[in-house]
Amino acid sequence: MTQRTRNWLLLAPAGTWLFVMLVLPLTVVLIFSFGERAPSGGVVLSFSLEQYANLPARWAAFKNTMVLAPAGTVAALVIAYPLAYFLAVRADPKWKTVLLVLVIVPFWTSILIRSYAWIFLLGGRGIPELVEWVGFAKPRLINTPFAVLVGIIYGYLPLMVFPIFVSLDRLDKRLLEASSDLGGTPIRTFLQVTLPLSIPGVATGCLLVFILLMGEFLIPALLGGGKVFFVGNALVDLFLQSRNWAFGSAVAATLVFIMLVSVTLYMRLIGRMGTQREDLSLM
Amino acid sequence: MKKLPDHISKEKFMEELYRYKRGSVTRRHFLGVTGLGAATAILGSAVPGLRPSPAFAAGDIGDRVVLATWPNYHDPANFEAFTEATGAHVQINVFGSNEEMLAKLQAGATGWDVYVPTNYTITTYVSEDLIEPLDTARLPNYDPSAYDARYAEAGSVDGTLYAVPKNWGSTGYVANTSQLKGAPTPSSWKEFFDLTMGELSGGTIVHDYQLTTIGNALKYFGYSFNSVDEKELADAEKLLIDSKPHLFAISSDIQPSVRSGDATLAMAWSGDGKQLNTDMPEVVYILGKEGGELWSDYYAIPKGAPHMDAAYALINFLLDPEVNVREVLAHGYPTADAKSKSMLPEELQNDPILYPAQELLDALEFGAAVTLTDPNRAELMARFKSA
Repeated sequence: MTQRTRNWLLLAPAGTWLFVMLVLPLTVVLIFSFGERAPSGGVVLSFSLEQYANLPARWAAFKNTMVLAPAGTVAALVIAYPLAYFLAVRADPKWKTVLLVLVIVPFWTSILIRSYAWIFLLGGRGIPELVEWVGFAKPRLINTPFAVLVGIIYGYLPLMVFPIFVSLDRLDKRLLEASSDLGGTPIRTFLQVTLPLSIPGVATGCLLVFILLMGEFLIPALLGGGKVFFVGNALVDLFLQSRNWAFGSAVAATLVFIMLVSVTLYMRLIGRMGTQREDLSLM
Repeated sequence: MKKLPDHISKEKFMEELYRYKRGSVTRRHFLGVTGLGAATAILGSAVPGLRPSPAFAAGDIGDRVVLATWPNYHDPANFEAFTEATGAHVQINVFGSNEEMLAKLQAGATGWDVYVPTNYTITTYVSEDLIEPLDTARLPNYDPSAYDARYAEAGSVDGTLYAVPKNWGSTGYVANTSQLKGAPTPSSWKEFFDLTMGELSGGTIVHDYQLTTIGNALKYFGYSFNSVDEKELADAEKLLIDSKPHLFAISSDIQPSVRSGDATLAMAWSGDGKQLNTDMPEVVYILGKEGGELWSDYYAIPKGAPHMDAAYALINFLLDPEVNVREVLAHGYPTADAKSKSMLPEELQNDPILYPAQELLDALEFGAAVTLTDPNRAELMARFKSA
């Protein structure tokens, strides 16, 4: 067996996986997106750009996704960073593992169940009643964009915490001492040493959360009461309610395209921030 | 989104026991929901001659049957009794809408053996060749003469029987009369939307379902529930978009929010209305006097069902009036089968939610196949939801 055949053989499992799970479905979506809706639903293959011309009909869904996905990512980052910092730098090593497991534990239950729990927490008999009992006006929380944001932060927090934790955990503590010895204040040390060194983790975490958020549909449906409409919700309705596979495929293809563009731009931006290539290997 | 519990919880059992002790539910209901009735039935079925026919030796029809159905739509104890009698385990897939069911069947390979299509979908299933014609010889419990024709006729297309009636129902709305803020109890779709945009702003749920949400908005103007007329749909769209900022939610899962008091008005299928009214008498079920939807659900077998024998056995079992009565007690929808109806407790036979007055029924319309597949209605719903 030549080296060449062996290489191909070794690549075969991953290659087959990639072809069946990624290339093939995406090709089907692309082909469908040039088709038309059959009279009672489904798709009739043809070559028309009609579905793409019709995209403005889902503009509101794209707009909501493009506002809430970055907002959710930033909000998750703001909350996750101090937590990851505490776990990696401040926490007693004895407790570190236990605390990390606590971050993972929610993943053992389906996101559906956990989001359902938030319905009761944010609903009229939950937190709003507590607020009223304390003496303030009863706020309306459930079925608002705020509730969707809370659900997103809650659901995606671990995905943000872990990459940041990993990059902070590998941080050489002697660098912090060096900074301090050279007269750096703690704030300056954080801004000039800790933060830049944790950028690869931040970049990875943001990417993970952002990509998943772009396709999110469950949290807006449950905590937004169906009134907050993402591209994911538009896709669910197009495939499962109006059964317009052709238009659904065009919306899906557009979403993939938008993600490719924004992720490419994002990687460029991160690259330009001066981090080294090997630091980005996590991504 | 909701999974049907496969057995009753301890808390629920105690709650039912207290309700039974207070006399707010009948002994039959108590036995039905707790499964004690089914347990008795199973004991009874162990005695030959008492068991509902036909009997199967375990394993005859395979070890499982897959049922695709709606939430809160069966008495789980009946399935246990079926498994006990036949050896076939009933696996349940719960769906939110006919569209979703149709989409899954169109995509192929569902693995379902029995499903519960609504009247207006059956012609589409037939034209798409997704439904199996039924062999009545294998359904000895099916007695066409016992059914009210109104709720059975959609099961046959061009003289071929494809589906047998499960139960029927109406689509109206529930109102929590203790939260109306002084407004009189509404009785029309006009009041439903006017109250939503007025005194009761923020407390209304409409279905996440184009057929009923658009249909009931059309009723506000007195148009047909099934209208696909462009001008009429434009009026309905304006009404829906104007009322959207005042809605509590767009969701077909209304019960949790009505029970918690978050929602005051909510579009409801009559079974939801019955279940809520039973537990919370202040929540009343209202049929809009302009009209609305009347529907009938059926049992059918999809083309290529993997466990055909078990599918027939399950449908036949569920058509047995003894079994069907327990189903009705669990889901709260009226049956079209005169034999089962006569076995219901007196108060349910005269219940205004299950069996509304004739003049209210006369104003209702059956949904039409074109209403389900009309692309303009689907797009209208999408514009409303993303507005």
